[in-house]
Amino acid sequence: MSAFRCPACGYTYDEGEGNPREGFPPGTPWSEVPDEWHCPDCGVRDKVDFVESPSGEDRGPDEAE
Amino acid sequence: MEAHAHSAEVDLNPATWTDPKRYAWLLGLIVPLLPFIAWSLVALTGLGVFWFYGPFLVFVIFPVADLLIGMDAENPPDSVIKWLEQDRYYRWCTYVFIPIQYAGLIFACYMWADGGLSTVEGIGLALTMSMVSGIAINTAHELGHKRDDLEKWLSKVALAQSGYGHFFIEHNRGHHVRVATPEDPASARLGESFWAFLPRTVAGSLGSAWGIERARLERGGHSAWSIHNDILQAWAMTVVLFAALAIAFGPVVLPFLLLQAVLGFSLLEVVNYLEHYGLLRQKKDDGRYERCLPQHSWNSNNVASNVLLYHLQRHSDHHANPTRRYQALRHVEEAPQLPTGYAGMILLAWFPPVWRRVMDRRLIDHYEGDLGRANIQPRAKRRVLARYGGSAA
Repeated sequence: MSAFRCPACGYTYDEGEGNPREGFPPGTPWSEVPDEWHCPDCGVRDKVDFVESPSGEDRGPDEAE
Repeated sequence: MEAHAHSAEVDLNPATWTDPKRYAWLLGLIVPLLPFIAWSLVALTGLGVFWFYGPFLVFVIFPVADLLIGMDAENPPDSVIKWLEQDRYYRWCTYVFIPIQYAGLIFACYMWADGGLSTVEGIGLALTMSMVSGIAINTAHELGHKRDDLEKWLSKVALAQSGYGHFFIEHNRGHHVRVATPEDPASARLGESFWAFLPRTVAGSLGSAWGIERARLERGGHSAWSIHNDILQAWAMTVVLFAALAIAFGPVVLPFLLLQAVLGFSLLEVVNYLEHYGLLRQKKDDGRYERCLPQHSWNSNNVASNVLLYHLQRHSDHHANPTRRYQALRHVEEAPQLPTGYAGMILLAWFPPVWRRVMDRRLIDHYEGDLGRANIQPRAKRRVLARYGGSAA
């Protein structure tokens, strides 16, 4: 399972977790996420801008609570 | 802008930098306190005209304060942003807004129903309440950009007074994606007056929000008409709120509630009008728009409006980092600058000839006379080109 990270805000799409709220159940591969889908947290970058991330741990500054 | 470039953890120290506006943010609570302030002024002076205190504060006192106090010299350095964002004091300043907002709304309903106000005084109080509901959209805006579920929920609650619950869908998933393009209903165009923009943005934002939410729900196998629809949930809050107030205080409060809601979201939309007027992201070779850059938002850095609107005027940084908390937003000097704060610019926007006189030249100078790079109202294209010369593609 891979993870893909928004270069603007650090949101990470983890294939294992998916994003059920966005309509992607756990296990949904990145390839099934539509190209026009954009970052659900910041809206600044599109799917095609996302970068493969080794783990889902590294999120943006906002997440460090 | 590139705050990610370095991670100077050692500098993240409250001892090395103090925030001069730390306690100024509490002044933002003047807004939800407006009906109580208006009542106090009426009681002290015996003058009913003070029911109109809300618009007086926003449209007279704040524009004058911007002119008198001037610019905000403070910009948090990159190294303290992370620490500044983690300080929970700042988010409590926005949370506290909401209970005061609703205490004020209940108080206003009591005054409309049983306060012995004349019709004109009742309308004055409705105008004051529209300042609360409009600026509450700004508070909702701050909260709605956050990942925290509690803050997202509080955002919806703050929007209930204006009935603008679809805003936090459209703003985050529509406006931020298409900002400064002809496709964005909330980005104003050169040659488009505020009065032409208002119906376009209200109708366009509504349609866009619905489309975004429907697409999200359909991906998950739900119908748009489902209990999971965030827009319907947010609107239901308004219906329940207004119905409860009408039952408690009588249907006499409904026209006032309706008036303050419409004027409230119109206040939000006039701010939308000035934030991106005429600015345009260029299309790249692959057909996508260039990403949103500092030059795609109008900024202002006046102290008074900065405090009133939680740094909304540091708009370029907001669009670069939408999840960044208000206290950590930075002024971007290279971005297009408005001649005064957002509060004063609202007044200009209401008078299109004045607006054009002040803003069109600024926009043309920003594009160094090349109008082909501006976002022009299609209907007004010929007129705009005839007036300002140049050739647009």
